[in-house]
Amino acid sequence: MDDLIADFVAECRDMLESLGGEIVAWEAQPDDRARLDSIFRFVHTVKGNCGFFEFPRLESLSHAAEDALADVRAGRRQADPALVSAVLAVIDRIGEMVEVIASGEKLPEGHDGDLIDALQPGAEAAVPAAAAVVGEAAARSVAPRTIRLSVELLDRVMSGVSDMVLARNELARRLRDSSVEVEVDSAFERLSGIIAEMRDAITRTRMQRIENLFVGLPRMVRDLTGELGKQVLVDIDGGDVELDREMIEMIRDPLTHIVRNAVDHGIEKPADRLKAGKREIGLLTVSARQSGNQILIDIVDDGRGIDGKKLVEKAVAAGIIDAAEGGKLSAKERLALIFEAGLSTAREVTSISGRGVGMDVVRSNVERIGGVVEVDSRPGQGTRMTLRVPLTLTIIPALTVSIGSQHFAIPRSAIEEIVRANGESVTLSQVGGAGVATIRGRRVPEIALADVLGLPSALSDEERTLIVLKPAGGDVYALAVDKVHDHEELVVKPAAPAIMATGLYAGTTLADDGSPILLFDAAGLARVGGVRIEAQERTPRGAEKSASAGAAEVPVLLFRDVHGARRAIRLGVVDRIEEVPAEAIQPGAGQLRVQLGEVILPVAGLDRPPEGGGKVRLFRLNDGRSEVALAFREVIDMASLAQEIIPAGVAGPVEGVTLVNGEPAELVDAHWLFASLGAGTASARTPLCRLPADDAWMQNMLRPIVEAAGYRVVGGDGDEQADLVIVAEGAEPPAGAAARTIWLSASPDAANENSIYRYDRAGLMQALKGAAQGGGK
Amino acid sequence: MNALLLIVTIAGQRVALPAASVESVVELEALIPVPRAAEHIAGLSALRSRVLTVIDCNKALELPATAQPGGIREAAVVELDGHHYALIVDGVEDVVEALSEPAPVRAAMGPGWERASQGMVETEEGALLLIDVATLIAGPEASRAAA
Repeated sequence: MDDLIADFVAECRDMLESLGGEIVAWEAQPDDRARLDSIFRFVHTVKGNCGFFEFPRLESLSHAAEDALADVRAGRRQADPALVSAVLAVIDRIGEMVEVIASGEKLPEGHDGDLIDALQPGAEAAVPAAAAVVGEAAARSVAPRTIRLSVELLDRVMSGVSDMVLARNELARRLRDSSVEVEVDSAFERLSGIIAEMRDAITRTRMQRIENLFVGLPRMVRDLTGELGKQVLVDIDGGDVELDREMIEMIRDPLTHIVRNAVDHGIEKPADRLKAGKREIGLLTVSARQSGNQILIDIVDDGRGIDGKKLVEKAVAAGIIDAAEGGKLSAKERLALIFEAGLSTAREVTSISGRGVGMDVVRSNVERIGGVVEVDSRPGQGTRMTLRVPLTLTIIPALTVSIGSQHFAIPRSAIEEIVRANGESVTLSQVGGAGVATIRGRRVPEIALADVLGLPSALSDEERTLIVLKPAGGDVYALAVDKVHDHEELVVKPAAPAIMATGLYAGTTLADDGSPILLFDAAGLARVGGVRIEAQERTPRGAEKSASAGAAEVPVLLFRDVHGARRAIRLGVVDRIEEVPAEAIQPGAGQLRVQLGEVILPVAGLDRPPEGGGKVRLFRLNDGRSEVALAFREVIDMASLAQEIIPAGVAGPVEGVTLVNGEPAELVDAHWLFASLGAGTASARTPLCRLPADDAWMQNMLRPIVEAAGYRVVGGDGDEQADLVIVAEGAEPPAGAAARTIWLSASPDAANENSIYRYDRAGLMQALKGAAQGGGK
Repeated sequence: MNALLLIVTIAGQRVALPAASVESVVELEALIPVPRAAEHIAGLSALRSRVLTVIDCNKALELPATAQPGGIREAAVVELDGHHYALIVDGVEDVVEALSEPAPVRAAMGPGWERASQGMVETEEGALLLIDVATLIAGPEASRAAA
């Protein structure tokens, strides 16, 4: 609503500004028709908007002025100086009120009777000047600083900025090649940052959320339904899709027309709907989404639909096609007849859509901007109109990859994940000549980009990187590329028809170094690569099952700590990765702590606050209740723990050593971290030697300790007689039988002779030992 | 009709392009190939932050490739339906005035030439074959499909 008011205010200000000159001219020449018309239009617009926003005072004022001016226009009244000054006074007051509205205050109560009376024929010429309408607010209000620019100018600025980016990159290359002083480098860095910011800003000036187009629809439909005696519910979706500003203006009229048609011809009157067994209220859905290089706007109604046969009859009668031709048309072609000029299916032309603008105009307008209109309809059930418009200048976040020396871009939206073909969790196999990749138990078809494109590549399948793609509406597949480069925000332009004809590409774009890059269409790649979608719908389920039946591998994250040591941490305890400025890490209350937004967490993995600025990367570990940060240098890979763990001699940050991907890695003891960093409050869950399998804390932290104490760990349920059950205090003991139960308490205070605080390592070890010795008692 | 014509050499032959449709003449730098595209699409190139689709005129006319001396490729930049194309030619000569309407050629030409021909035009430099830019861009396959 605020947006609409802001629009209204902006519009009024614009009109007032341009009206300024007109008013003066009209005063000099009251019989000047053109001036009169433009003033009339202004008060008319204000009146119309006021009804919508409920500014009754403004409405009555503009209404009175409109009436008086309408009389003049109709020749019922002469414009005399008295009327002119009365109208001028009204316009001035409207201006003052608009400023009050703009300042966000409520319009003060008051009467404008004096001004309205002055508009009456024969009223005294004397108009009270400024009758304390408006408080101080008007004077103080600051107009939002906006100006209108032509799109050409924006385009010029934009291409200028693009060239500037290219020049910067050229300079960057030169600077790298020659040894320059540090000052030059830092000055260049600054320049480079400014240019990047500028490019960002200028690109966004052209983009607008499609919401701006949709926001007026509910109102329009409401007015239409009122006129037609129908009931329609409008459902709008996808307003956050961004589209070129110009494009939005170009599709405004076609969209309006289609919506009008849907309400007027599509959706039936309530009585007819009831008769047809539908709800009284018709449903009109307008939605937008991005698909490949296009924006799709669907306008769907649940009305009476389009009768293809009748269309054919009409087209034959109108001489557009001959009868023989009409008989041969497919259902789709019949519906497409509505786009022919001179064909209107409505039995009578109504005031709503019968305005001489037909669907043929809609189609030609959409085609002019390189778009397509499609229609699909079922008699009695409704009609779906789809506008497909190209997304020229739409910015797409993309990933750049390469085959050999050539770079390509893949839309980020289609990418599910990126894995290395030689990673632990990935196996490649050939089934009847077709590639299949099994990624963590999920089997997906695999195609090599080099093969699809017919490009030479020196790499073998195992050396490549797999990009798991999920095209819109399709199933996933893996694409093997030679190298993955960078994430970039690309301004994509449609490619020439000859290139689009390959079906592989969604458009072209320019890389930062000025060379063209082709953007892939994920669905097109699958099609050309011969991936069948229906064939693999069943397979993933089977693959998952077999994976879960196998040995439960523990996924770990392999990383280098700040000292460069190769370490692994159980993935389950890592919440996410944060990057913080070094200053955010400070000693406090006896240990290093990091500030992350609103919270302060203890930091492990660092001996002292980092020196010399820069960034520090942290794992944010979570035991379900509290958090601890662990500093590290870089993530190496994801892996799974398959090998035996050689326990460390003493309890500490490292639980033991194991082989990961064939090299030794120290396994981080998350339990010790949480215990030693005094992450005060703990969770109330259920560990066990029967350890409940669904308890992450137990599985990730307690399980290693219990195992180290010589236990075999089983799940929470089962018939096996267990020696020990570990249960969180307050939780239900598991169903499986056990000789002894250890209760763990969530906080240090609650611990007593029956239960152990869960980070009381010594207590836990003793209890574990005791249970092991006294097992069976 | 006093239209201006740009004389270019394609496959060793001097032919004319309508000068009005040619935006500029450039020397192409690096070409980015477009895998899987039609054969006459030589690749993509960039011209002042615009992407050019580069057309190999020899292939578009179903002629054997001519040797490119030194690798410098001259191209005429044209716009068609909002897309920019660069037509690779052997050389660019001059702009001349057309002295006549294009007249049909009655001699038997190669199929590629036949397709792209708009007729013979008289100029001060003698009669030249006027080439249709859109046909060049569409290439042999599209024309065959349309036939």
